[in-house]
Amino acid sequence: MAIWANESGADKKLTIKIQGRFDFSAHQEFRDAYEKANAKPDGYVVDMSETTYLDSSALGMLLLLRDHAGGDTSHIEIVNCNNDVKKILTISNFEQLFTIK
Amino acid sequence: MEAQKNLIDLDPDAEVALKVLIADDNDSDRLLLTTIVQNAGHQVFAVANGQDAVNAFNDNRPDIVLLDAMMPIMDGFQAAEHITDLAGEEAIPIVFLTSLKDAASLAKCLDAGGTDFLSKPYNRLILAAKIRALGRLRKLQLLVRMQRDRLAIHHDHLIREQEVAKRVFDNIAHPGCVNSPNMKAHLSPMAVFNGDMVLAARKPDGGMFVLIGDFTGHGLPAAIGAMPASEIFYGMTNKGFSLQEIISEINKKLSNILPVGVFCCCALVDFSFDRNIIQIWAGGLPELFLYRGADKSLSKADAIEAVGSKHLPLGVLSPQRFNSDVQVFEMRQGDRLYLWTDGILEAGDDKGDMFGEDRLKTVFLKNTTIDVMFDEILGAVDQFTGRQEQDDDHTLVEVKMVTQTEFDTYFGEKKQEKVSAESVGPMAWEFKYTLRPQSLKVFNPLPLLTHMLMEVPGLRNHSSKLYTILAELYSNALEHGVLGINSSLKSSSQGFAEYYRQREQALNSDFKGFVTFTLTHRAEPDGGALVIRVEDSGLGFDYANIEQNLSGNDGYCGRGIPLLLSMCRRFEYFDSGNKVEAEFEWRFA
Repeated sequence: MAIWANESGADKKLTIKIQGRFDFSAHQEFRDAYEKANAKPDGYVVDMSETTYLDSSALGMLLLLRDHAGGDTSHIEIVNCNNDVKKILTISNFEQLFTIK
Repeated sequence: MEAQKNLIDLDPDAEVALKVLIADDNDSDRLLLTTIVQNAGHQVFAVANGQDAVNAFNDNRPDIVLLDAMMPIMDGFQAAEHITDLAGEEAIPIVFLTSLKDAASLAKCLDAGGTDFLSKPYNRLILAAKIRALGRLRKLQLLVRMQRDRLAIHHDHLIREQEVAKRVFDNIAHPGCVNSPNMKAHLSPMAVFNGDMVLAARKPDGGMFVLIGDFTGHGLPAAIGAMPASEIFYGMTNKGFSLQEIISEINKKLSNILPVGVFCCCALVDFSFDRNIIQIWAGGLPELFLYRGADKSLSKADAIEAVGSKHLPLGVLSPQRFNSDVQVFEMRQGDRLYLWTDGILEAGDDKGDMFGEDRLKTVFLKNTTIDVMFDEILGAVDQFTGRQEQDDDHTLVEVKMVTQTEFDTYFGEKKQEKVSAESVGPMAWEFKYTLRPQSLKVFNPLPLLTHMLMEVPGLRNHSSKLYTILAELYSNALEHGVLGINSSLKSSSQGFAEYYRQREQALNSDFKGFVTFTLTHRAEPDGGALVIRVEDSGLGFDYANIEQNLSGNDGYCGRGIPLLLSMCRRFEYFDSGNKVEAEFEWRFA
């Protein structure tokens, strides 16, 4: 498991990419990725292209990110999910809180 | 123990006085060695043979042992064996002293349990350095052992705390009527601490609520949310609140108390045995299965109806954004609902594969006797994971649809509260309560009314009946009276879902009208009587010849009138049929 955060200049969005399993062991690293970002970004992109699996504590971490980003006023996209990951997000009805692509 | 403590507390590089046991049969060698070690600041116990060495070890518990390999009475190798035994789980460094130089002899020293060997003649510098090194080794070993013991104490402590917590938890989050014969439930013995819960309660109207919940995480943080959820579930069920009200309240509580990121995947199901329908609110759980195995015209695959979660888990959304909409399903006798948490689907084998949906479905397709389905599912999961039932981590519930009559027999006669002429409570009173459209839209008056009736001890023994009477009269007044929904819809087999759709739509539209309850209670010579009068603003209905026409498929259908007639000593409609009086009597026990 590894996490990269990357602020792209043009649209001022913070992209967080999670590699491998996204579970409780990623807790601190995931938090650091958005808490240590410099300026407050306009939005967040969680890139799951290399995420193989996520568990319920990962869902919890996504909710923490959403809270950090302003709760109901946040703009968070979750992109490039594989089928397993998408299914877990769908079962939990997370599309009601996040833009899932 | 004191000496050991000093060893550990000191700076690892600091010089520490050690207790050193020296066994050598050669007097001059022994004296030389003793002098060198004492001069280095250590305490020495010196003996001349293996047997004395073992005894001295036992008496003095030295930190390091230096043993001459060749000694009379008992040689160094034998002595090392005894000392190792005596030391038990303490690893005491043993150094063999030998004048032998060949590799095989030196290797033998280590094979016999020695930590190191020291060749004669002794070099003062090397000897002192070696003892310092062994002192560090000894210190490290003591530290590890002490930490291990501390961990063990903490662990025991934690287990005891969890046992106490579990007892408290079990008292609050008790399983209710999970043992009803139409229900099977499997929970891991330590389910509290994997965050799963199963609750079941008989509703005052004779139906049943079943709740399955799965909190994120493990341990106490996961268990803690189950307690308020359970209290709300049982408390509100008892008072006659609806599914929507209960699930909204649990969500409100959990969203207030749980930290962001902790939530509860949950399904709450309302079984109405008298109407053969179930209502499901599900959030964040994998698809549940409604299995219509009783219908032989369906193929096995078609008999499975998967019910997906339509909502976010509990505790995620604020009360303002929470959605309590339910899915309504018609049921037949023998249909079964299977509820599970993701523990079943995610049960892993030793290769890290998950049990998954396909394997679960296969169990249903292969099943030949529906009564063993439940055990077959658990068996298949255990077989897949290769684990025993005791250490599993999954939760499974099966509920069978039965007739109201059968369900009622599970509970028998409720224990009657003794009511005598001295303990009658408020006997002579009247209460009038009118609900107008805004209240009719958002408020359920039944818990309030039931609560008031329960102030009369003589009525408490009849809470279910009274709740049923109030509930039937209220839904007739609101739905058929004020909202004007045709009751005959409920007679057709597909009608119920349509009925609920229309009800929802009508409630959300603009409407005018009212429902008025007038409750009058009075004392009678051997008990009391309650008159429930309900009036609505609707058009009423043709209630003439009501008793002759009860079986017919006309306007009375679906109003629950036969049931009410059986419960009340008087039951009468007035005017256009928009006023009704139900008189209920109770007697001293």
